[in-house]
Amino acid sequence: MEISNLTKERIHDYLRAGKRFDGRGLFDYRDIVIETGISKNAEGSARVKIGDTEVVAGVKLGVSEPYPDSPDEGALISGVEHLPLSSPHFESGPPSIHAIEMARIVDRGIRESGFIDFKKLCIKEGEKAWTVFLDIYSINDAGNLMDASALAAVAALKTAHFPEYDKDADKVIFGSLTDKKLPLTESMPITLTYYKVNNAFILDPISLEEESSDMRISIAMSRQGKKVIINACQKSGEVTVAKDELISILEKAMDKWKQIEPKVAKLIDKK
Amino acid sequence: MSREVVIPGETIIAGEDYLPGDGVRREGNELVASRFGLAEISGRLVRIIPLSGVYIPRRGNIVIGRVIDITFNGWSIDINAPYLAFLPIIECPRFFNRYDLAENADIGDMIVAKVLNIKTRGVDLTLKGRGLGKLEKGMIIAVNSNKVPRVIGKEGSMINLIKEKSKCDIIVGQNGLIWLKGETIEDELFSEKAIKFVTERPFVEGLTEKTKEWLEEKKK
Repeated sequence: MEISNLTKERIHDYLRAGKRFDGRGLFDYRDIVIETGISKNAEGSARVKIGDTEVVAGVKLGVSEPYPDSPDEGALISGVEHLPLSSPHFESGPPSIHAIEMARIVDRGIRESGFIDFKKLCIKEGEKAWTVFLDIYSINDAGNLMDASALAAVAALKTAHFPEYDKDADKVIFGSLTDKKLPLTESMPITLTYYKVNNAFILDPISLEEESSDMRISIAMSRQGKKVIINACQKSGEVTVAKDELISILEKAMDKWKQIEPKVAKLIDKK
Repeated sequence: MSREVVIPGETIIAGEDYLPGDGVRREGNELVASRFGLAEISGRLVRIIPLSGVYIPRRGNIVIGRVIDITFNGWSIDINAPYLAFLPIIECPRFFNRYDLAENADIGDMIVAKVLNIKTRGVDLTLKGRGLGKLEKGMIIAVNSNKVPRVIGKEGSMINLIKEKSKCDIIVGQNGLIWLKGETIEDELFSEKAIKFVTERPFVEGLTEKTKEWLEEKKK
């Protein structure tokens, strides 16, 4: 059932007083739990929980011909699937526009930050290169699937190893992993999504807040050298955002990113 | 009277002496469960008290629903059931301008109504009765409809306890939607927590007493 006008009004009332239903501050995250290496068959995998929200991500690697416009680079193909078991709003069938949008935001964050060193994925220029398949599945939607998906993608990529590749037979031997890790850089992207509910901006919404929101902005940021920069940004929803609102959000996002990044890096590497 | 947890396909009891009730079917000489729940044998009747599953409307149920569409002669209501419900204008005891039904109840508004009739094409609702109508202010929470008897308690003991301690007005719909209204939002959130406390403990004996203790402890 969709959210009622009454509950929506209550959320607005509460946010006006700077409070949220679960007692968090407007920009507080719920607890993040990251497990890596959850799938035996994937080259890299991760399960991310933000509160009750849960997603799993898997990385598979394949060898194929590089694209003509980038003969010396590998490729990244990412997909997000909203499983019907995770929310009453999701139906089975081909991915909805929301799932496609989510996949593109995740993809763009990784691509634009230069997290994957595509040049190192090339086996033979113009003929053979590794393709990274990144698949993300929602297990439970309790709000903020967006940030959870982006986080799961990064965690899965970070733990991915190459499978063995038989050059003569031109075949990847799946199931036997090498020690060689996926070529990644230091620029780990983390996506923060700000939701506008009535006139307040919040981070990491629960389902009720997400359903009563009018607009959201996803901001992917990463560290480039000593600086933190914004790699990608996407606004969705029907309501407009004012210039000064946007600037304040970007500033807040930058500070929040600096708090969250070391925590996330620690959670992924702890294994 | 004995109760035990059964799963679909499980044989509850064998013999021609017993009659299958709700959620039970006969297969040859055996009575087999067709849903998950507590099997109850009272006299000759064998029935299942469901522990999960969707709300199935019954005539006379008081339900809470959300207006999802307005037609020329009434409102379409989502009552959290597999069937769509309809509230016709003639079942409303008040006068309305029938050319502007949105004035009375717009899409997204919540109403309390009674199930009047169940037909093949859907469920008919009525507003004729005490305490029925559109809900103003407050908030809506959802619980599993099979937990509703627990939330209400014996002769309303549980719900009256929660009402008293949280100082909230509460209406429990048989379909699992609950309307809460208190002086402050904190009161509403407190009564929500109390209701969640009840629904998360399906097998506990003497739950009303335990809820009373919990409420008094939390209230401090």
